Amino acid sequence: MQHSLPGKAEATLREILPRLVLSPSLFLILLFVYGFILYTGYLSLTDSRMLPSYDLQGLENYARLWGQRNWITALQNLAIFGILYILICSLLGLVLAIFLDQKIRGEGILRPIYLYPMALSFIVTGTAWKWFLDPGLGLENTMHLWGWESFSFDWIKDRNMAIYTVVIAAVWQSSGFVMAMFLAGLRGIDSEILKAAQMDGAGRWSLYTRIMIPQLRPVFLSAFVVLAHLAIKAYDLVIALTNGGPGRATELPATFMYSYTFTRNQMGVGASSAVIMLAMIASIIVPYLYAELRERR
Amino acid sequence: MSFLQIDKVCKSFGPINVLRDISIDVEEGGFLVLVGPSGCGKSTLLNTIAGLEKLTTGEIRIEGNVIDDLAPADRNIAMVFQSYALYPNMNVGQNISFGLEMRGMPKEERDAKVAEVAKTLQIEHLLDRKPGQLSGGQRQRVAMGRALVRNPKLFLFDEPLSNLDAKLRVDMRTEIKRMHQTFGSTIVYVTHDQIEAMTLGTRIAVLKDGIVQQYGTPAEIYNDPSNMFVADFMGSPAMNLIPATVNGNRVEMTRADGAPLVLSFDKLPATVSARNGKEVMVGIRPEAITDAAGRGGDKCIQAACRIDVVEPAGADIYAITVLGGKEVVTRLHQDWPGMANQSAELLFNLEKIVFFDPQSGERLR
Amino acid sequence: MSHSSQPAFSSGRLLRACLYAVLILFAVYYLLPLFVMLVNSVKTLDEIRGGNMMSLPKNFTFEPWLTAWSSAQIGVEPTGLSPYFINSILMVVPAVTISTFLGALNGYVLTKWRFPGDKVVFGLMLFACFIPFQIVLIPMARVLGAIGLAGTTSGLVLVHVVYGLGFTTLFFRNYYAAFPDELIKAAKMDGAGFWRTFTRILLPSSGPIIVVTVIWQFTNIWNDFLFGASFADFDSMPMTVALNNLVSSSTGVKEYNVHFAGAVLAALPTLIVYVVSGRYFVRGLMAGAVKG
Repeated sequence: MQHSLPGKAEATLREILPRLVLSPSLFLILLFVYGFILYTGYLSLTDSRMLPSYDLQGLENYARLWGQRNWITALQNLAIFGILYILICSLLGLVLAIFLDQKIRGEGILRPIYLYPMALSFIVTGTAWKWFLDPGLGLENTMHLWGWESFSFDWIKDRNMAIYTVVIAAVWQSSGFVMAMFLAGLRGIDSEILKAAQMDGAGRWSLYTRIMIPQLRPVFLSAFVVLAHLAIKAYDLVIALTNGGPGRATELPATFMYSYTFTRNQMGVGASSAVIMLAMIASIIVPYLYAELRERR
Repeated sequence: MSFLQIDKVCKSFGPINVLRDISIDVEEGGFLVLVGPSGCGKSTLLNTIAGLEKLTTGEIRIEGNVIDDLAPADRNIAMVFQSYALYPNMNVGQNISFGLEMRGMPKEERDAKVAEVAKTLQIEHLLDRKPGQLSGGQRQRVAMGRALVRNPKLFLFDEPLSNLDAKLRVDMRTEIKRMHQTFGSTIVYVTHDQIEAMTLGTRIAVLKDGIVQQYGTPAEIYNDPSNMFVADFMGSPAMNLIPATVNGNRVEMTRADGAPLVLSFDKLPATVSARNGKEVMVGIRPEAITDAAGRGGDKCIQAACRIDVVEPAGADIYAITVLGGKEVVTRLHQDWPGMANQSAELLFNLEKIVFFDPQSGERLR
Repeated sequence: MSHSSQPAFSSGRLLRACLYAVLILFAVYYLLPLFVMLVNSVKTLDEIRGGNMMSLPKNFTFEPWLTAWSSAQIGVEPTGLSPYFINSILMVVPAVTISTFLGALNGYVLTKWRFPGDKVVFGLMLFACFIPFQIVLIPMARVLGAIGLAGTTSGLVLVHVVYGLGFTTLFFRNYYAAFPDELIKAAKMDGAGFWRTFTRILLPSSGPIIVVTVIWQFTNIWNDFLFGASFADFDSMPMTVALNNLVSSSTGVKEYNVHFAGAVLAALPTLIVYVVSGRYFVRGLMAGAVKG
């Protein structure tokens, strides 16, 4: 069969076939990702309310967005949540990884225990923690029953503290994963370097602070990128844990966008908040991907 | 007409020219070795012959037919790869027969062919094993079996021995040469190892920067290098290249102590004598500088030189002196009694001396 | 050497005891919520209200599980979670299969049949992994409506395939990049074309990465809430959305034990996958984190 085709035509077909195979996926991505980004970007410039409208009104939605107290709250919450989430996860992950790296008996049991929450849905995590943190049913109640009458832990009902409960649940879910990343990084360090450091008289402390942790820089970067984009996208957990409350106290950009677009009929404002979210993520991801892809040339 | 003709082949990747105007002919049953440092374009040239890469301009012909538009599989060419490229998921028998299967050969016929090739290569007992269970030498044999079984017009070898240890490499080298002699196949062989090139090839093409520096028999390449690059690249230890000054029929170079060493020739090549009073580069192989115990001959000049380092190598002794400000390797007899940091009488064989232009590096004939 | 390691040795016992104490403490921290869910899912409602959440059940009952599965009130109907569990399966299986298959093909083309601009294509696909999905919610709802897939499981399959493609392509690309190019050249010389090289040479060696990809996609799609909440209607609602409806419904008595049973039911498939093939799960997480 192949041989019946003239050489040139056959060669051409051979050449374009791979691109042909790739094209459906590329088409889907171009349309559903980049086309949609453009569409949402366009909507953010229109007077869309319950339904999309195509009447441009300039940057009015953005002006209204930044005038919303809820949006400012959402950004403040994101800052608190994001910073604490990234810091605590990284720190806890690093400490646990270093501890686990001390030739621990039972590492094979501990490691999966630290990591399993990552397999759960945020909805499940939220359900579990909502109850656990409920003053009347969970931890506070338990402490009272155990005789610690003055124990009080009602952050989840406290407008000022509720965002920190989101941090607690999110850290619980992700820190094991960060631990696994750091552990893999530690295990990947050339053992000859460690031997050389020991010959140089480095003790355990300086071995970690001077030799090993500095070599984990790429892991820190990867962990930061992963955690940062998870934080900006955080939606399910808040819905299940606090549903944005009490009041709008745990509003995040993701929940803000959803409620403005689909329940408050302010699609234009919702679209503009989505654009801001994309811009935040892109400012972290794009330089990272660019550097990563360039290195592998 | 030549069997394989590489005719004015150019290949560029974007602005980078990897092959520049390469023309090489190989006769049927010939063994062409492409040799050069890494990045010289030798593997690219092999890949264009195989059809794995398209050439930019030029033509490649086999038996007079242009093959440039044919798919690799339709060129009737087999290739042995550096990493052997055995399919990890198939056993040895399946690896060897895969190419036949792709050509639609019936199973019985395939099995018969595989058995025949396995017998020739003495790998019958390995047919059911996976590549992961084989030693380096065994993988090498299987890779050759995969090429042989198709009975192709042309064999291509891409540095097939570079992943083997030193001893096995020598054994497999002999084996490849024996295979060539037995089957009379035409072979194009890529290597960066000049010893492999010398021992295997009937013709050698030395490449650098995508340009054929010299194309000829091993003896021509060794004795009659066309430029300083070839002189330096081929032969181990490399040819000594010594700066010297032309003075009439004499060529003078300085010894370590500053005293001149004068080589008087009956007649210098015209291009050399034309440079009277100027610098030339003298090329002389280590074995052309030997100790006085050797059979001198008329065309030799004897001179005392200070020896810096002595390196016994079993059959010979390599002694290093300094001439023209450069380290010069000499090859002395194994019973030579001298020692380092002493002076020794050395014989320079004038018949084996070649000259190069120090600026362009081209041969002065 | 000996003199520098001397003090470490004498204090080693105590130090190691502390080390184990910390590690075990954190194991408790990670296990506690699961423990609380499990224990309270087999208690009666009275016992939960009156007792301690940490205590083991006095009257062991399976009733909450049965209720959660088959008769709990989800929205307006007392169907239990079972129809939504089925919905999730009907959504996950095709979505995982299709996105994995496409990812394998894309990875194959992007590493072994490279062409000018392939890096740009890959970069576009990779960035798609990270976009906040809020940016596509509005147009996606319109497109699903326009092609008649709004509120259907097929619509959710499409959504998950599209937004999973970046990751599946990344996994296979990185795996195939380490696959020797010479094998592809050898296959070409042997006469295998684009498809046969894929099916006969690469695919048979792709076992590990297929497992990693399938686990990753399964976990992500099963656990998704945003798309399910946005694009499913009542009949196609996946498990996570149904669970959230069950837990947050404000009508009637809060049956915490049923909520917990439901939560464990929703977590069960991914937990089982994790327990059975944790090694591959971790590898997927790593591959998803360390790009390029």
